[in-house]
Amino acid sequence: MVIEIKDLNKGFGDNKVLINFDLNLYKGESVAVLGKSGSGKSVLIKCIVGLMQADSGSIKVFGKDMIGLNAEELDQARVRIGFLFQSNALYDSMTVRENLEFPLRRHWIEKTPEEVEAMIKEALTNVGLPDTIDMMPSELSGGMRKRISIARTLILKPDIILYDEPTTGLDPITAKGISQLMVDVQKKYNTSSLIISHDLNCIKITADKLVMLIDGKNYAQGTYEEMKENKDKKVKEFFEI
Amino acid sequence: MINKPALIRFLEEAGDITRFTLRFFRELFHGRFEFNELLRQSFFIGYKSLGLVGLTAFIMGLVITIQSRPTLVEFGAEAWLPKMVSISLIREIVPVITALICAGKIGSGIGAELGSMRVTEQIDAMEVSGTNPMKYLVVTRVVAAVLTIPLLALLADAIALYGGYLGCNIHGAVSWRLFWNQVFETNTYSDVIPAITKTFFFGFAVGIIGCYKGYNSRKGTEGVGRSANQAVVIASLLIFILDLIAVQIADVLGLT
Repeated sequence: MVIEIKDLNKGFGDNKVLINFDLNLYKGESVAVLGKSGSGKSVLIKCIVGLMQADSGSIKVFGKDMIGLNAEELDQARVRIGFLFQSNALYDSMTVRENLEFPLRRHWIEKTPEEVEAMIKEALTNVGLPDTIDMMPSELSGGMRKRISIARTLILKPDIILYDEPTTGLDPITAKGISQLMVDVQKKYNTSSLIISHDLNCIKITADKLVMLIDGKNYAQGTYEEMKENKDKKVKEFFEI
Repeated sequence: MINKPALIRFLEEAGDITRFTLRFFRELFHGRFEFNELLRQSFFIGYKSLGLVGLTAFIMGLVITIQSRPTLVEFGAEAWLPKMVSISLIREIVPVITALICAGKIGSGIGAELGSMRVTEQIDAMEVSGTNPMKYLVVTRVVAAVLTIPLLALLADAIALYGGYLGCNIHGAVSWRLFWNQVFETNTYSDVIPAITKTFFFGFAVGIIGCYKGYNSRKGTEGVGRSANQAVVIASLLIFILDLIAVQIADVLGLT
């Protein structure tokens, strides 16, 4: 098991968004968390990487509880976790090359300039954009930015990739391309993926298993087909749109 | 009647700024320092502001000299024009105006840049990439502002005095040597050092408020605009408050 979440609670004042939430992610598995806007999906993955502090419960990543780690331990744990942000979060003031170099330099990974260059080119080739290396993020389209963002996530060769709404704001064709890229990446690097989304097409292509985040809980889980056939009213409404 | 929510909001904000400042000092003296980013920020904050600060200083020197002249002529003290103008410029006008220009240009720039990075999750991405954003973004910008604003003020002093020299010669005739002799005769270390010392604090105010507002920006693009605007307003107000304190301290120490 690569991620084991148990009894996770997180609230903002009186608004409890995660209530005794449980989730398991296994090696090479791709799990999608489906829920309404504001249901706490993004909060969940931000708690996993320590961008938000959970109120209680445990989040074990490779057996190590992420809650209560100091800054140095958290940095070490984060090397194995890639995070794809909903807004891509590419650094505006840096070129594509510098964006990809940044995680390598920040984790103080010792590489020669030639090795770094090769890693950047490999990551860009994997996402199908080797010619964008010297471009600025502002020169790229939405789909290209998403691909570059995936390349930046891949550069550290993480064991787990957390995707926060990977297809939001993209047209259906580009969204399908990104979904396929996510599958290709998983196959090539044997990563485990946790995908936060309410795009059913993306989930259908990428996820082995669905977790329904309803009322702050792991309300139901199963394959896409199982969830689609689920008779529960709250689950059913997601598939009736 | 005291508006309680407004007062509470003010106290909360003051508390948050204090906490942010304490965190800045903790990060400043803890762990690896980001020298490359400091150099980059010094270039952007200092070098990129040279033109604006220089032009403003020149105009200030020229205008103050032209406006002061009639009063001195009235009292038959026209010969004191270089002395009076240089004292006003060096002690008060140049440091404060330079800091205010920096609050407008640098403070708003930092507020907008960090605010935009916050709302587009770039700061979160930095954190996930193993970077302490407080150290990388905040410490470097504040230190760059503290180091470059005094340098800008020194340069502005020289340019403003040159403007003053030209101003003296519009209606009169003051030689280059006489003008500078009077300037150096009148202004001693006790005039220059307190004036430059306070610009370090002005720089700190501009940097820390810009960073605080940007770093804690919320509510999308509207929040970014508000952060940039509030960074300028609060930093400008702080500059006047710090100036008042600096004048009082200089007075107590007999430096006035």
